[in-house]
Amino acid sequence: MNATLSELKPSAAPLIEIRELSKAYVRGKQKVEVLHHIDLDVAEGDFLALMGPSGSGKTTLLNLIGGLDTPSGGSITVGGKRIDRMKAGELARWRAANVGFIFQFYNLMPMLSAQRNVELPLLLTKLSRSERRQRAAIALKLVGLEDRASHKPAELSGGQQQRVAIARAIVSDPALLVCDEPTGDLDRESAEEVLGLLRLLNREHGKTIIMVTHDPKAAEFAHHVLHLDKGTLVEQATA
Amino acid sequence: MKYLHLIWAALFRRKARTLLTLVSIIAAFLLFGMLDSVNAAFHAGSQSALGAQRLVTSSRYSIIQPLPLALASRIAAVPGVEKVGHANWFGGYYQEPKNVVFSYAISPEYLDLYPEIRLPAAQRKVFDATQTGAVVGRVLARRYGWKIGDQIPLNSSIFPMKNGSKAWPMDIVGIFDVSKDAANGLDQALFFHWKYFNEANAFGSGSVGWYIEKLANPAQADRVAQRIDALSANSPNETKTQTEQAFQASFVKQIGNIGLIVGAIMGAVFFTLILLTGNTMAQGVRERTSELAVLKTLGFSSRSVLAMVLAESVLLLLIGGLIGLGIAAVLGPAVTRGSGGLVNLPALPPSTWVDGIAVMVVIGVLVGTLPAWRAMRLNIVDALTGR
Ligand SMILES: Nc1ncnc2c1ncn2[C@@H]1O[C@H](COP(=O)(O)OP(=O)(O)OP(=O)(O)O)[C@@H](O)[C@H]1O
Ligand SMILES: [Mg+2]
Repeated sequence: MNATLSELKPSAAPLIEIRELSKAYVRGKQKVEVLHHIDLDVAEGDFLALMGPSGSGKTTLLNLIGGLDTPSGGSITVGGKRIDRMKAGELARWRAANVGFIFQFYNLMPMLSAQRNVELPLLLTKLSRSERRQRAAIALKLVGLEDRASHKPAELSGGQQQRVAIARAIVSDPALLVCDEPTGDLDRESAEEVLGLLRLLNREHGKTIIMVTHDPKAAEFAHHVLHLDKGTLVEQATA
Repeated sequence: MKYLHLIWAALFRRKARTLLTLVSIIAAFLLFGMLDSVNAAFHAGSQSALGAQRLVTSSRYSIIQPLPLALASRIAAVPGVEKVGHANWFGGYYQEPKNVVFSYAISPEYLDLYPEIRLPAAQRKVFDATQTGAVVGRVLARRYGWKIGDQIPLNSSIFPMKNGSKAWPMDIVGIFDVSKDAANGLDQALFFHWKYFNEANAFGSGSVGWYIEKLANPAQADRVAQRIDALSANSPNETKTQTEQAFQASFVKQIGNIGLIVGAIMGAVFFTLILLTGNTMAQGVRERTSELAVLKTLGFSSRSVLAMVLAESVLLLLIGGLIGLGIAAVLGPAVTRGSGGLVNLPALPPSTWVDGIAVMVVIGVLVGTLPAWRAMRLNIVDALTGR
């Protein structure tokens, strides 16, 4: 296992380089600093768990890495690109090509079938309709839901919905997956399935994964665990 | 186009609400289709190009006041008048007063003045030779199943015969078609001889409803009209001569300014529709905040999110509006047929479709703009956390 992993890792720069990253929210006259001067490198092929008390800034950090939000200070370089300097339109295109998102509450389109949900990111590509369909089918097969392709989200269990969301996140083959409490709403068994799937994507498909979690059992699936406390990082190795 | 299924899904996310909104849109455009086509039909008559080549001379004071027959030869002598004919309104109906027949007692020249009336030469010959002969438009003939050779009683709501009867016997001797540029309703007209009318009616003879003059040159219309009116100046029968176009336009105005009425009704209807669909769209987008945020997360640009919401609202209007106009297009002719011509709802003219679709797009854009703008400005992080 370690051999394959080191083969995946590039010899040069890490996939993600974060320097002096700060984020402050302005609410009315109040300015709340949520992240303070964070430095962090994430190697390509890494599987990182991010833990910490509620309100410590985990989601904020994850959103910044995924390009959903822009920092107040510092820099974020992903794959050699300074995403903190990108304009909204550019950032949207960058997200579409490079990041898959997995949320606690799945965030599927309730009116669309599983298949159509998975196809969504491919609408932004030049792929033909049949190619889109084919790729979505492959992604669904990978998460073990090929027989649920025509089901709407409401007709699926939480675990199944989250697996559809994972299929959607990987269908355009991004290098990076960001997951915000992906098992936060699942029972133990479904959680294990989802985590197993993430591990597979990391090991077999070389996806770099950053996962926020409150669950120490979930964190065990990661190579590293980082602790965030009041907007500052405290690194700890996994057991 | 590849986003169509997304737009469609968004539209029918709340089926009941969307269907209710659709019903209102359908009703509004059904009404629009009916009113606008009636309005267009009223104006079509006054827009015939042939109508610019003919003058109509009627009494200066009222179009129902008759003119003396003696005027005919004097008008014919006016320079610039190529040919003159005359007609009287007969006020005819068939069997029952509700079966109105647009019927005219005409002088022999009249049919020559109207090249848009296409009567076979042989039938014309028989007509000219038959005192009680009548020629009818094909649509009218079809409505009552009249055939050449039939004798029919045509009642007048105005003129009794000298023998006291109100039912005038007439022989159908010809059935004519009309050319495309004919005034609306001409194919439902009946013409018979003024001579017959003049000799048989109980109210006296020698009076003419109006004169029609064919101009040698349409550009001289004003000058010729002045000369004709000068013939009767300071007499008890002063005339007013104008082009047939202008005559019909003023006739329509006497009935009432239909365009204004239609405009006022539709203004109120569409105003309500804007509030209603605007509310539907605003609610729809508000409920979908997190879904729109997910689309943006996946990399859909703000502009494409804006376009999708706008397209959704235009699509809503187009679906409802086209169904509404479609029903109007089917219903108008059906009502006309069913009422035997009493109610004459014309088929939807192309102009109504064009205007209707334009209104749909405008309302769609109008009510979609604000929600679309909101969707475009949506902050992903705030929307995802429900802030
Ligand atoms: N858009 C915002 N505007 C204002 N304050 C914000 C905003 N987003 C986050 N915050 C604040 O920043 C802090 C960190 O929020 P964040 O969502 O990153 O925490 P978290 O570690 O993910 O917590 P949890 O475990 O509860 O999800 C909180 O105090 C929160 O109130
Ligand atoms: Mg969080």
